[in-house]
Amino acid sequence: MQKLIRIEPAKCVGCKTCELACSFKNAGEFAPSRSRIFNEVFVEEAKFITVTCMQCDDPWCEKSCPKNAITKEMASGVVTVDEEKCVGCRTCVSACPFGMIKYVDSTGKADKCDLCKGDTPECVVFCPTQCLTVGEEDKPLRQKMLRFVNTMKDGQMEV
Amino acid sequence: MNKAWKGKLLRVDLTEGTCKVEALNEEWANDFIGGRGLGSKYFTEEVSPEVEPMSPENNLIMATGPLTGTYGAANGRYMVITKSPLTGTIACSNSGGYFPSELKYAGFDMIIFEGKSEHPVYLQIRDGKAELVGAVHLWGMSTNDTEDAILSEFHGDAKVASIGLAGEVGVHFAGIINDKHRAAGRSGVGMVMGSKNLKAVAVRGTGGVKIANPKAYREAALDTYATLKENPVTGEGLPALGTAVLVNVMNQNGGLPTRNAQSGTFEAAEDISGEALVSGELRRIKSCMGCIISCGRVTKITDPRYVGEGEGPEYETLWALGAACGISDMPAIIKANYYCNEYGMDPITLGSTIGCAMEMFEKGIISEEEIGMSLNFGDGDAMVKLTEMTGKGEGFGKKIGLGSYRLADSYGVPELSMSVKKLEFPAYDPRHVQGMGLGYATSNRGACHVRGYINSAETLGLPEKLDPEATEGKAGVLKVFQDYTAAIDSAGVCLFTTFAMGIPQLANFCNAANGTDLNDAGILEIGDRIYNLERMFNLKAGIDPSQDKLPKRMLEEPLPDGPSKGNVSKLPEMLPDYYEVRGWGSDGIPTEEKLQSLGLA
Repeated sequence: MQKLIRIEPAKCVGCKTCELACSFKNAGEFAPSRSRIFNEVFVEEAKFITVTCMQCDDPWCEKSCPKNAITKEMASGVVTVDEEKCVGCRTCVSACPFGMIKYVDSTGKADKCDLCKGDTPECVVFCPTQCLTVGEEDKPLRQKMLRFVNTMKDGQMEV
Repeated sequence: MNKAWKGKLLRVDLTEGTCKVEALNEEWANDFIGGRGLGSKYFTEEVSPEVEPMSPENNLIMATGPLTGTYGAANGRYMVITKSPLTGTIACSNSGGYFPSELKYAGFDMIIFEGKSEHPVYLQIRDGKAELVGAVHLWGMSTNDTEDAILSEFHGDAKVASIGLAGEVGVHFAGIINDKHRAAGRSGVGMVMGSKNLKAVAVRGTGGVKIANPKAYREAALDTYATLKENPVTGEGLPALGTAVLVNVMNQNGGLPTRNAQSGTFEAAEDISGEALVSGELRRIKSCMGCIISCGRVTKITDPRYVGEGEGPEYETLWALGAACGISDMPAIIKANYYCNEYGMDPITLGSTIGCAMEMFEKGIISEEEIGMSLNFGDGDAMVKLTEMTGKGEGFGKKIGLGSYRLADSYGVPELSMSVKKLEFPAYDPRHVQGMGLGYATSNRGACHVRGYINSAETLGLPEKLDPEATEGKAGVLKVFQDYTAAIDSAGVCLFTTFAMGIPQLANFCNAANGTDLNDAGILEIGDRIYNLERMFNLKAGIDPSQDKLPKRMLEEPLPDGPSKGNVSKLPEMLPDYYEVRGWGSDGIPTEEKLQSLGLA
């Protein structure tokens, strides 16, 4: 099974620490524009949404790359850009339907989440509310299902 | 070496309509850290203390700190420095949200506004470039509508700080609102912005903040985040209940000034508490940029009389629009708080001024005819109506817009204004928390809780418990709070971190960020330097030490209720001690020696 960043929007407080932590580690400066994870705040609707690359099983970016610079590594499941091969043509940017791979002016290369290359992702390390976790198992999904199960259980009478 | 300062300031001449980029004065940045300190240094070097606050000769400075835009300890603040039209003192109002960090990402540590534009304008900044553009179409708009209009015409990801109608019509306590719900609230900085015909500042930045020693910075951040999480106030109380955690606490202690400070307890405090908010209007909790405390309250009201959604209220607002006016009507308080954000006004001064007017009304000093309605304590609907009238500068709202001192003074009863240096004091009765009273009297912007929050020790027991009613030793402790606060404000860090974060942790951040080697004493010395710089400006502006006082009610009318019943403020006992620990003469004036030791002579 593949490790993924698991996101629970209900726990987000809109602090954007994930963007700060990601850019500081991966771009060497605190620059949300360089982050590979994105947090948007909708105060009037009381919703805070965080998104990042979900490391697709059959990635659009990989399929679209004319230089084969993007590969999904089988062991870890991480989709990575080989900067040596990337020519900065932006085909992947256009192909990804989620906007999770982008072109960086200062490097001239495509850039995306690589789950911090096997370290605990820095966004997860710094997330103050455990809105972000990392794991093979989709624990937040299990929790959601259990909440539903418990609602059902509470509604059952003895037969 | 990388430094967390961007090394650039933007100088905007509103009279000429020009924007120039200047190098930041590094020597001053080292001596004053940034933010409040560095902004005040620039301000006092460039503006005469005698300047008329509403004249083009008064400058308005927006200053970030070196740590603004980074992670580690709620590092997302900026400060607005100018001469206050409300108090005549140097003003420094502080706000979080996302706007301050964006200013750094756009490449600037600071903006200095000079002069006055002939017609309404706003400033657009995009990655190191800036220009003034027309704002006639925005003039008269609420801060909400202004922000929405700018996002659609300039850049969808821009961050915006603006004034509402209150700043345009000359409300003396108009603030500058950023990100719709965050305020550089006090002292009327929004009125100065309005006097310059400057409607808003919009920033889009795709750059970043670099750090001298990234590894040390990351370690400092992990260490401080753990400290903040473990602390009962920053890790539990503030996230769960917001600053409103204090309503019940201060009320039970008998220190919640009620009905224009005629008593220290409010019988309906429960109804306006943080707990009530959680079980009612609270939708979720929220942080500012890079903050893990999450004191922000995202709320919604669906009362038949009032609807709306937004952020807040926080403790001071619940008190000012609530207990200070004898009001327990939560939907009314929340609606008035939304109005404060939309019109751009300080709810503390507003609520305290309405409370003052209510007392004057009940005592027959102001008539119903003059106000246009009755104005009894406890009337939430009247308070909301008056809030709207104040924001628009209509009818009796014009008089409320002068603040409580000018209002009460114009009727010959200045003693009914609960203010120091014409700034209304916040939600801590100085007859109960004695140190806070000394803080109000000696704060450089008038009565204020965020210039030295000794209540942290007196009520919350952080960093250690002090008897709130004691006076001995308070002067020395208050000085440390005041100096540390000045340094925190200057770094761009939220004051709320200091419930948990000690001076060594701030020093670690500053040193890792800028490659300096500050120690605890160095941090406090910078704080002391800033405090004395502000004090000297005020003295030269004609605010003499006789103004280091409290309203007569605090000194002569004993608290009629609560655990501190019978107490008055013992300010006269504490003030001489304070002057002494500050190294000032017994006349309250910094000595030549003191100024020389701080490099201010």
